[in-house]
Amino acid sequence: MASIDPDSTWTLHPQVSVRPEPFGALLYHFGTRRLSFLKDRTLLDVVERLADAPSARAACIDAGVAETHLPTYLRALGTLAESRMIAPRDAGERAA
Amino acid sequence: MTLTDAPVQAAPPPAPKRLVDHFELGLDAPICLTWELTYACNLSCVHCLSSSGRRDPRELSTEECKAVIDELERMQVFYVNIGGGEPTVRSDFWELVDYATAHHVGVKFSTNGVKITPEVAERLAANDYVDVQVSLDGATPDVNDHVRGPGSYDTAVRAMRNLRDAGMRNFKLSVVCTRQNISQLDDFKAIADEYGAQLRLTRLRPSGRGADVWDELHPTADQQRELYDWLVAHGEDVLTGDSFFHLSAYGQALPGLNLCGAGRVVCLIDPIGDVYACPFAIHDEFLAGNVREVGGFQQVWRESELFGRLRSPQSGGACSSCQFYDTCKGGCMAAKFFTGLPLDGPDPECVQGYGEQALEQRAAAADLPKHSGDHSHRTSPPRPRTGPNGMGPVRLTLSRREDLQAPPVSACAESPLAGFAATLAQAQGNDFDTKQSGADRRHEGGAPPRLA
Ligand code: SF4
Ligand code: SF4
Repeated sequence: MASIDPDSTWTLHPQVSVRPEPFGALLYHFGTRRLSFLKDRTLLDVVERLADAPSARAACIDAGVAETHLPTYLRALGTLAESRMIAPRDAGERAA
Repeated sequence: MTLTDAPVQAAPPPAPKRLVDHFELGLDAPICLTWELTYACNLSCVHCLSSSGRRDPRELSTEECKAVIDELERMQVFYVNIGGGEPTVRSDFWELVDYATAHHVGVKFSTNGVKITPEVAERLAANDYVDVQVSLDGATPDVNDHVRGPGSYDTAVRAMRNLRDAGMRNFKLSVVCTRQNISQLDDFKAIADEYGAQLRLTRLRPSGRGADVWDELHPTADQQRELYDWLVAHGEDVLTGDSFFHLSAYGQALPGLNLCGAGRVVCLIDPIGDVYACPFAIHDEFLAGNVREVGGFQQVWRESELFGRLRSPQSGGACSSCQFYDTCKGGCMAAKFFTGLPLDGPDPECVQGYGEQALEQRAAAADLPKHSGDHSHRTSPPRPRTGPNGMGPVRLTLSRREDLQAPPVSACAESPLAGFAATLAQAQGNDFDTKQSGADRRHEGGAPPRLA
């Protein structure tokens, strides 16, 4: 899966519901009926910050992701983008 | 009806554990919650997992059902798998579906199709939060009606036609795999394609009336192999609800969690509000509580002593030395329980043949644990189920695809950075053996038979 561009802007897809769990979180997309999971709380924090952050990179940094781990998180976000759990901002359903 | 069919995928970052390890410890809310709204049914399928037929007078009222839905919303249960019985025969069924989806609880319901008129289909197609699963257990009327009853094939096909014509896409065509229909897998796929549906194959388990016909309907060893090859060839196109992880011992793991989800990610709420660890385990051994109790469903899910035990580390018993234990995990707890096998040993359909051996050695079938509460119809004479006058042979044309050499299906995310891959089919999978809950307690009770 490809990483997302660190300067791009994203938001949780409107049809996605997030449920925190001890290990991270579960995501369910009501449109695709797919379940995904976030394997740690930091990624959950990143995802929750996406909608208000000026960039994906900023969301990661604000959530406390170290520079060295940035590529890992951008890749994780790439996975979520591919499964349409997150959508490009201002594009709404377009990604679906 | 079974568990959840939602594919799951992992989003990477650094994490020491496999997701399945977390799932084994249980979640704050179930992923795959089955809710059987009624035991009433217009049919009398010989293998009904819930022994349905007659309505139970203690059924939850509309108001009680709505209270359960409110609770599921608070717990953020994403969706429920509604079944029965035939859930659509409840007069408040559509009201409850609307109530659930308005409260952010998605609905997937299983039906034999009896109430899926063109008007209902229109309505379903218009609601993104509803998914439908039509049951069909034969690709031809003879095979299907033999198990599900006269006219049931036509009913299901009419429902599928109505759904397709209403523009409903990707509803599920759900098939319980039996000795009589394994040869029809390609035909089922063709039917699903014709109606724009997704094929879902699940395992016949000796639960409910399924116990009565399991011996003659469960797939033979050769058929299991055929099924495995077929599933590998079709990968994630075909849903299984993680039904067949015991077949992983044939080679590569099938897509899915490969985990017995009972009490961990799976559970059942039955028509009178009883909460069981799994829809295939309706027995006091697996009864965790009732939604009518103080604390409701949430308390049962989070605090019940049974579920606590199911979420504690399990050992593989006789299976633990098996090289396939990591993916097979000894198979299905319910299948072992209702065939009288120890829960910490091989599945009755162990691909290594150990289950068959165990079945031969087990004590008399008369002592097998019985399903709690038989709601089968009594007004009409029951159809013979076994013996020389029983199910009898069904004429089939056997065929086998030549193109079964399939591309490998990607394995689950072993590496935390492996990205996605872990397609969880419905979290119904299972794999553990509830040692304590099952085997040990049974020893204490001394009721069910065991191996010599
Ligand atoms: S011995 Fe147990 S773990 Fe091994 S294949 Fe058989 S059921 Fe599965
Ligand atoms: S494997 Fe576990 S969750 Fe799946 S049907 Fe069997 S008992 Fe239920």
